[in-house]
Amino acid sequence: MRKDGIFIGIEVDDALAGDAEAVARLEEACPVDIYAQTERGGLEIVAENIDECVLCRLCLDATPQGGVRVLKLYDHEAALA
Amino acid sequence: MRFFEYEAREIVKRAGIPVTDFGFARTAAEAREIAERIGGPTVIKSQVLTGGRMKAGGVKFAEGPEEAEGHAATILELQINGHVPRGVLVDPRAEVKQEYYAGVVWDGIREQPVMLFSDMGGIDIEEVAATHPDHVGRGHFSNLVSVSDFQAKQVIAQTGVTGSALTRITPILARLARLFSERDMTLAEINPLGETGDAKFVALDAHMEMENEARPRQRALLSELGVGDEETRQAREPTEFELAGEAVDAQDHRGVAGNVTEFDGDLGLVIGAGGGSLTLFDAVRKYGGRPANYCEIGGNPSVAKACGLAKLVLTKPGVDKIAVMMSIVSNTRVDIVARGVIKACLELDMDPAEKIAIFRIPGAWEEEGFKILDHYGVDYADRRVSLHEAARRAVEKIQGAAASEGDGADAPRVDGRTSGEVTEV
Repeated sequence: MRKDGIFIGIEVDDALAGDAEAVARLEEACPVDIYAQTERGGLEIVAENIDECVLCRLCLDATPQGGVRVLKLYDHEAALA
Repeated sequence: MRFFEYEAREIVKRAGIPVTDFGFARTAAEAREIAERIGGPTVIKSQVLTGGRMKAGGVKFAEGPEEAEGHAATILELQINGHVPRGVLVDPRAEVKQEYYAGVVWDGIREQPVMLFSDMGGIDIEEVAATHPDHVGRGHFSNLVSVSDFQAKQVIAQTGVTGSALTRITPILARLARLFSERDMTLAEINPLGETGDAKFVALDAHMEMENEARPRQRALLSELGVGDEETRQAREPTEFELAGEAVDAQDHRGVAGNVTEFDGDLGLVIGAGGGSLTLFDAVRKYGGRPANYCEIGGNPSVAKACGLAKLVLTKPGVDKIAVMMSIVSNTRVDIVARGVIKACLELDMDPAEKIAIFRIPGAWEEEGFKILDHYGVDYADRRVSLHEAARRAVEKIQGAAASEGDGADAPRVDGRTSGEVTEV
């Protein structure tokens, strides 16, 4: 799944988005609450918080490589590495 | 923040400085009761946070309680400079042999408080200083060490006061200086300090102003005086624009994006960083610009907060462009502020390249910030462009290329137009 703000885009692997444990880790890791867990354990990307992303990489560290991509929309969609 | 006279007198009294047997009344009937308690002639003084009370009829003299009640009723109905009186102060009319002035004020140049004393009280100290400078004593002191009586004595002695008067006034000025430090005042003034017929000294009027940021630290005092959190006690009531600025700043805990003051110009300012706001505001005016507002941004506000502030300024009637400027930042991210102000433009259906006259915030995460600004075509500058030059460019943009060339002769000279090319020389 992918959701874009004005400056930042968030792309999460569909399998990961359905993994309740991984989603819980994302929710806990993000300091600006971009990731939230739905009642059924799935992932919600909180649209209003996407542009608050501080490029901290904590979501990348909390998930398997490639599971989450943080894209800088102002920089040719460069992915946070 | 300012205090009413009756509060200032109470603060003085608590500091151990003799005051008259005054009372505060919210109604004419209360004023009568106080006058009855005092017995004898009284002075009825309007309690407003503005000057010119005497001229406006806000100070009246009464021979007895009945007259005091009548005067209080009149004064309570009297607005002075648009201020409705909080109440009246009922004061015994003192027989005064001589009036003095005692004050402590913050000296922004020395960055220290300064004690002031004059043996010519009852009139403005500025007037005395201009016409009779030899009648004004001065002495700076440290806020870190408690001021001694000896320091106060030296200040008083400069005016030629000697003997018993010098001995009796010394603790009053010293206590006023300690009060100033302990209560976070920016001004503590007793004028006049009266010498009564029996050679006693008593505060006949007091004026206190406290650092606004000290309110949490002085909460106990404010609570005892009955000053509510909702009372701004500023020189004027905040405008709707300023209240909206407070609301933006209060929307979350991250950083600061507020402290907005409204002006009537056409250049909106999103400014801040360690005194940068004041410097930039002055710089804009120096180059002939007309700021639409003052504000402070810093401490790494969220994108939403920076956006909220920029939106508020952009939508202020009369604002043509905004200038986003700070001195070099370490605790505020350039890219976050850039996102905030650009988002504001986009959400208002405005072109950031057109509406942002200049973006000059060097510091943390500037490379990322500059990428964002490049993407939206916003004119920006890095640390090689001085604050003054950035302000000049903003004014030039809003007034046209011809503006401000003449009066900027003493400004720092900067070559180039954009961040990658400029070199300060």
